[in-house]
Amino acid sequence: MNNADTGWMLLSTALVLLMTPALAFFYGGLVRSKNALNTMMMSFVALGPVAVIWALLGYSLAFAPGSPVIGSLSFAGLRGVGVEAQGAIPHLLFMAFQGTFAIITPALISGAVVERMRFNAYLAFITAWVLLVYAPVAHWVWGGGFLASMGALDFAGGAVVHVNAASAALVAALVVGPRKDYGRHAILPHNVPFTMLGAGLLWFGWFGFNAGSALSAGTTASLAFANTLLAPAAALASWTLIDLLRGGTVTAVGAATAIVVGLVVVTPAAGYISPLSAIVMGAMGAMPSYFALIYRAKTKLDDSLDVVAAHGLGGATGAILTGVFADAAWSGGPSGLLAGHPAQLLTQLVSVVIVLLYSGAATLVILKALALVMPLRIDSRDEKLGLDVSDHGEEAYTHGDGAILVKPRAAAVAPGAAGVVAVPGEDPSTSLGAGGL
Amino acid sequence: MKLIVAIVRPEQLSDVLEQLFHAEVRGLTISRVQGHGGEMEHVENYRGTSVKMALAEKVRLEIGVSNHFVQPTIDAILAGARTGEVGDGKIMVLPIEKIVRIRTGEEDQDAVTPVQSA
Repeated sequence: MNNADTGWMLLSTALVLLMTPALAFFYGGLVRSKNALNTMMMSFVALGPVAVIWALLGYSLAFAPGSPVIGSLSFAGLRGVGVEAQGAIPHLLFMAFQGTFAIITPALISGAVVERMRFNAYLAFITAWVLLVYAPVAHWVWGGGFLASMGALDFAGGAVVHVNAASAALVAALVVGPRKDYGRHAILPHNVPFTMLGAGLLWFGWFGFNAGSALSAGTTASLAFANTLLAPAAALASWTLIDLLRGGTVTAVGAATAIVVGLVVVTPAAGYISPLSAIVMGAMGAMPSYFALIYRAKTKLDDSLDVVAAHGLGGATGAILTGVFADAAWSGGPSGLLAGHPAQLLTQLVSVVIVLLYSGAATLVILKALALVMPLRIDSRDEKLGLDVSDHGEEAYTHGDGAILVKPRAAAVAPGAAGVVAVPGEDPSTSLGAGGL
Repeated sequence: MKLIVAIVRPEQLSDVLEQLFHAEVRGLTISRVQGHGGEMEHVENYRGTSVKMALAEKVRLEIGVSNHFVQPTIDAILAGARTGEVGDGKIMVLPIEKIVRIRTGEEDQDAVTPVQSA
């Protein structure tokens, strides 16, 4: 056990936790104002039930010694997970660090179903998903499962987090169906500054995500840290260049997206590649997502906030390019195509396909099962009104005009009877009269 | 010439505009307003505070039209704005004394006749 390593991991865990509220801002700015709170809550709420279920069960399924396919129940209820060493840091801290990954991964999926999925159904879905999909996939790669034995490289979760969430997002968008207004009316982001704030905070938190995945404070963490700076920078630069070369303008939403794509691309590679490779990877990795975003908007697939284009393609590109750029001189072990080890490329490709197929299939089963007991989407009247009011009974931007305090004894007063607003304890004649507009 | 003032649900605005453009009604002004029209107020909760939202968000359209456009305009608004539930809004038709198009100084009928695009 080493106190420097422990200190860095304490900080990293907090940094990764911040990414979930950051994602709430990133996504929240991109939707219409009537759905702002609902969209932000879809990310925020993962901080509750998902974290609890992770501590009680998910962590054990992912990281307790078990079979190549799944962990076991030996850490269930955090049994045996104490402050003794797990590598260089306390076991409990490792559990918390991994917990922050388990929280943000299902929250990523929400981008595909915003503005129409019922909040209750979403809540049930992500809680089931983290146990049935995230925990086993994390076990395959990081918990000593079969993808780890195969030699698949996934430094901080290109496949485990991003391909996994994006595959689920694709299936969820198809099962829940498109928004009624999709393709009929223009649906515009209501607060682009929120999206930029979210992108900035995501980048900040991502230093913990990638450099923390070294699980120590040494050279590997420093490499991953520098690469987390360089790859998104290169993605942003190449995104900007493509914008300009195509004769367009450099947009703010585009810049925010480019940063996230660059972060996603470098995630699986962060501790395995040279800093120059990180620049190349970031620049190359931005391209598939750039064109996929443009293409997707012309299709019938209402992956509303482009989880597939940003996280799916970015994650897959990053995972595959890891098999090209991994370099033993920097990683201290694994190497890829350019270092004369072409088989790694194939391993990477296989691991992406396996995660993609399992996540998609399991998500389909979970959603179809949930649909048997509860409707997955809100009715069309509520969809028009917005989910903030229908599913949360709040509004993001309210002036408070005409808001009448409901006092406890007011329960007997019929709301809005005959057009008269009765204010308990006040003379009804001062209220708005019948026939008032 | 009449001034048509319509109060509609904000969530129906896109449908109303679509209908109006189909009916070739080209000139209009909208404003975001709040009002109370007898609909059920919904209750919102903020921490321990419950409030009944007595004023609902609405959109007001103002459209100056020549006489033979009054009925098509009303029909278009009805088609776009009606959901069948309390709170769909109102359409009011008011007489107009005079209209002047600022750009040209044209008055009345000429002022509300859309410019034929070249």
